[in-house]
Parts: sequence; structure tokens; C-alpha cells
Amino acid sequence: MDYRVNSKQPNNGDWAVEAEGLVKIFGDNRAVDGVDMHVKAGTIYGVLGPNGAGKTTTIRMLATLLRADAGSARIFGHDVVKESQIVRQLIGVTGQYASVDESLSATENLIIFSRLLGLGRAESKKKAAELLEEFGLTEAAKRPLKNFSGGMRRRLDLAASLIAQPPLIFLDEPTTGLDPRTRSQMWDTIRRLVNTGSTVLLTTQYLEEADQLADRIAVIDRGRVVAEGTGDELKQSVGTSSLHLRVENQSDIENARQTVEQVLKVQATLTSEAAKITAPMANADLITDLLIALREKGITLSEVSVQKPTLDEVFLTITGHGVEDEKTKDTNRAEAVTV
Amino acid sequence: MSTSVKTGHLKNHTSFIQTVKNSLTMAYRGILKIRRTPEQLFDVTLQPIIFTLMFTYIFGGAISGDVQSYLPVIIPGILVQTVISTSIVTGVQLREDMDKGVFDRFKSLPIARIAPLAGALLADTIRYTIATVLTFAMGYIMGYRPDGGFENVILSALLVIFVSWSVSWIFAFFGVIARTASSVQGISMLILFPLTFLSNAFVPVDTMPKWLQWFVNVNPVTHVVSAVRELTNTGTVGWDLGISLIGAVVIVAVFAPITVRAYMRRT
Repeated sequence: MDYRVNSKQPNNGDWAVEAEGLVKIFGDNRAVDGVDMHVKAGTIYGVLGPNGAGKTTTIRMLATLLRADAGSARIFGHDVVKESQIVRQLIGVTGQYASVDESLSATENLIIFSRLLGLGRAESKKKAAELLEEFGLTEAAKRPLKNFSGGMRRRLDLAASLIAQPPLIFLDEPTTGLDPRTRSQMWDTIRRLVNTGSTVLLTTQYLEEADQLADRIAVIDRGRVVAEGTGDELKQSVGTSSLHLRVENQSDIENARQTVEQVLKVQATLTSEAAKITAPMANADLITDLLIALREKGITLSEVSVQKPTLDEVFLTITGHGVEDEKTKDTNRAEAVTV
Repeated sequence: MSTSVKTGHLKNHTSFIQTVKNSLTMAYRGILKIRRTPEQLFDVTLQPIIFTLMFTYIFGGAISGDVQSYLPVIIPGILVQTVISTSIVTGVQLREDMDKGVFDRFKSLPIARIAPLAGALLADTIRYTIATVLTFAMGYIMGYRPDGGFENVILSALLVIFVSWSVSWIFAFFGVIARTASSVQGISMLILFPLTFLSNAFVPVDTMPKWLQWFVNVNPVTHVVSAVRELTNTGTVGWDLGISLIGAVVIVAVFAPITVRAYMRRT
């Protein structure tokens, strides 16, 4: 689909989002505690953090859905409080929980949103059909949303955010709860959006997702931005993947550890009860040498695995404490690659 | 991609015409919803039928001597009582609706803030119309022939629908501020029950104790009932009609702004 050049271009080109010292307090919980954020127009900006870190609250304040208790924010130079109605003309919001009308069909949803945005009757119909086609929902267009899968709902939700072709799109955890195939479809869609000139601000719990999509990433924890930079910068701060080895014979373990340290030239740690050796893996190519060396010494391995840095480790490194949310931990562990 | 300056047509307020357009679109949404879930019309279909039958045959003999001569008294009374109670559902459904994610999107759109509320309330006039038509139809079946003539019956129907729409702003307010749908129902019933029964809807006022007569006579519901009776039974337009209309306008003038403000504050 042709998104054309956005007719509502920002006036100061450079910054799509400028937020300073945003604070939101719920009761005695400082959900957002002084967030600064600068998003360049035409880029994808990722906000990474566990559940309850303040990601959604931050987005809701930027999207005029929630008023900040302190601090200020501008969207393309327009204040979110004083010029909220202008800001609403510049943004599209796709929430964590699909913000579409359950009781209506996909077409009816899109037509109503189009009409609200000022499109005429025929135009709205055309737009709805176009977007449904674009998001692969044409077949399901007339069915009530109750029978939609999670992925279909998200796609419809995103489609609804694109009706007015807003120059800035907020995506709150666009892929949480989606299966891997649908997730990568969603990623493609998001990339395409930026190619047409839109700016995207997305939140995610997955390091990989932020890494894949975002030009810059802000890591947010307990309502504060604890790190900011490109994906590479962040990963460097976290360290590299780690190598896990398990030896068949307990008595070989000390010998094996020494071999690892010699070949990889790094400090290896030992978990004796499990007969497991863990070492940072800076250079994947050295693994071949290591395996040959182990074979030459007659050390038999029972298991070899490589684990990518997880959000957990990002957090541990940056904040000094791990991710407290059990669910997040599990999801990230599952990304470990077994060789 | 160019990022040229072009914000001249961005306005920070919504015009009156846009407000009306947005509200009508939201009303269209309400109508689509009713069409999708017709079972939500059960109450407005059954209540007029059952209540009209019940009250007429129970009170008819005792109050007016026989059912036939009670009909001109009870039909306007039951009409006002039934249709106004129907407006509670507006608040309840608004509460349920607002808990859904779609209201987040409405809030993020550059539309008139009042539109999602006004639209929902506007669509509900369909419910009041159904209740009104059914009550008059039941009356007709039971032998009620209003002397005021057909045009005045239509006028009185419009009056009742308008008044109910105004009153529904009160329940919309409860709908916006309440935590759950059932609490909206609870508070609304608590207010509406005394208002509709402590009126002249079912029983002549002079049979009541003095202190109660005072309340009944200032009760706005009494004025609406009297206005409908005058219109349908004699075809005259009296003070009661004026008072009813002024009262309805005052309710909207007070409750529409505070409802929108509460809606805006709710997160």
C-alpha cells in the first residue's frame, strides 16, 4: 500500500518526541519517575523493560491519554498538555490490549475510525478495504471480532492506527503474546512503516525485538531510564553470549576448566554440583579450537550450549538487580540456543 | 523523506460542526452494536408490556373504579416511569463499554471529547422510542383512546424521549465515575425508584398525606406525567410541559459538562 508522503509533517523536523522529567505517581507508587526521552523523526525507538517498569504509563502520557504529574513532553514540538488536540492529529496509538471494538466486525471498526477522522462515507469504505487487504484480513472482514485470534486483533489494531497516516506511531508491546511467525510478520510491518517516513516508538520486553527493530533503545526500570543507546552499545555494556559446558566425568572438570581458560583466554566459572562450566564467549570461532583441545585431552562432554545475553542480564549489568518478573525470565531463558 | 514545515491546518480545538459529526458517527456505532446484540433490547420490549398490564389491572378498580377509566391516568404515568427507568441502562452500558480498550483509542483520536458519550446517549434514544411505542400500543390494545388525538400523542412521545435522554446524562455521569457496572445500576435504581413512585404517575396526589404531597408536587417526574396527560387526554399545552422542558435542559446543562470532565480525568 502506498502511504504517500505524510501531509502532516512536523515543524521542527528533528525531534518526534521530546520528553523531560516525566513523572506519574499512582498512590505511593512512582510508576514513572523522571523519564527523559528524545526520539529523532523517521527512526524506530525501542523502550525496553520488564512488566511494571513504567513503559505503558510513559506511552500513555506521550499519547495524551494520561496527564503527567511533573515534567513536560512535546510531539513534533507540540506540547502534549497545552496542544493535546494537535498532538492527537500527529499520532497513532496501538495499545497493549487491542483497542478495537469487540462487538463490531473488522470493516465496521475501520469505517467508524475513518469517519471519526473526517473521511467521507465512500472514502472510509475504500480505506477500510485497503487496510484490510494490506494486513491480510480481507477474508475475516465481516466476522465479529470475538472470533479473531490474538494476531489478527493486533493487526487490525495497527491498521486502525494507520488510517490517518500519522507521522508518529506508538506501539505498546506489539508482539507480546504472539506466536513466532506472527511476530516476524509484525516486525516486517513495523519496518515498512518507517520506510514510508513514519516515526515509531515501541515498547517491548524482548531484547531481541528491540535489537532487531530499533535504531535506539532506552532501557527503563522502576520508572527511570537506566541506559540509552544503539543496540550494539547496549549489548557491549551487557557482555557477550556465554558458553555452557557439561562434562561427562566429574573428575575431568578441573582439567576442562583450565583448557577453556587457556583456549578462550577468559575467566571460566564452575558449578561443581552440576559439573558445569560457564565462560563468556567473545569470539565464536575459538569454539572449534576449544572442542578439538578437549577431544585431544580425552575429556568427554555431555552437553554444550550457548546462551545469548538476556534481558535479565541486561538488567543485572545495568541496574545491579535482575528482572523480578518470573514470566519475563522464562521467556528469555527460552531463547537460549542449544548447540 | 522530507520533513518540511506544514502545520498551518492543525487546530487545537474542535469546531461545533465536527463535534456534531463525531457524535453522529459514535451514535452510528451505538446503533451497529444494538443490531449486533439485539438481546439487549429485551428489557425495553418486555417491561412496557408487563408493567402496563400489571399496574392497570391491579390498580384500575381501586383507583378509578374500573380499568377503562383508569387508562387515561395510568398510560401516561407508566409511560414516563418505564421510559425514564430505561435510561439507567445507558449508564450501565457506558460503564461496561468504557472498560474496553476501544475507549483508549477514542481518547487518542483528534475528535470532540464529548462525542463518545453523546453518541452512546443518542443511540439509546432508539431504546426509548421502542419503549414509548410499545406502551402506547399496549394501552391501545387494552382500549385506551386518547382524546388529544394522534398528533398530540406523537408530541407527548417526543417529550418523553427527550426527557429520558436528558435524564440519561445523570446516569452517564454515574457510569463514568463508578467502578463497576453493577454499582451504576444500584445507585441509579436508588435515585429513580423514589422519583418515579413518589409522583402522580399511578395515584391521584390528593390521596396522599400533606408532607408527601409537597414532595410529589415539586418532583419533576410529576410535571412530565401531567404534561403527557394534558397532551394525550385533552390536547392542551400547559405549564407542566414548559417546566418539563426547562428541567430537561437544566439537567443536560449541568450533567453533560461534568460527565465529560469526569470522563477526561478517568484513565
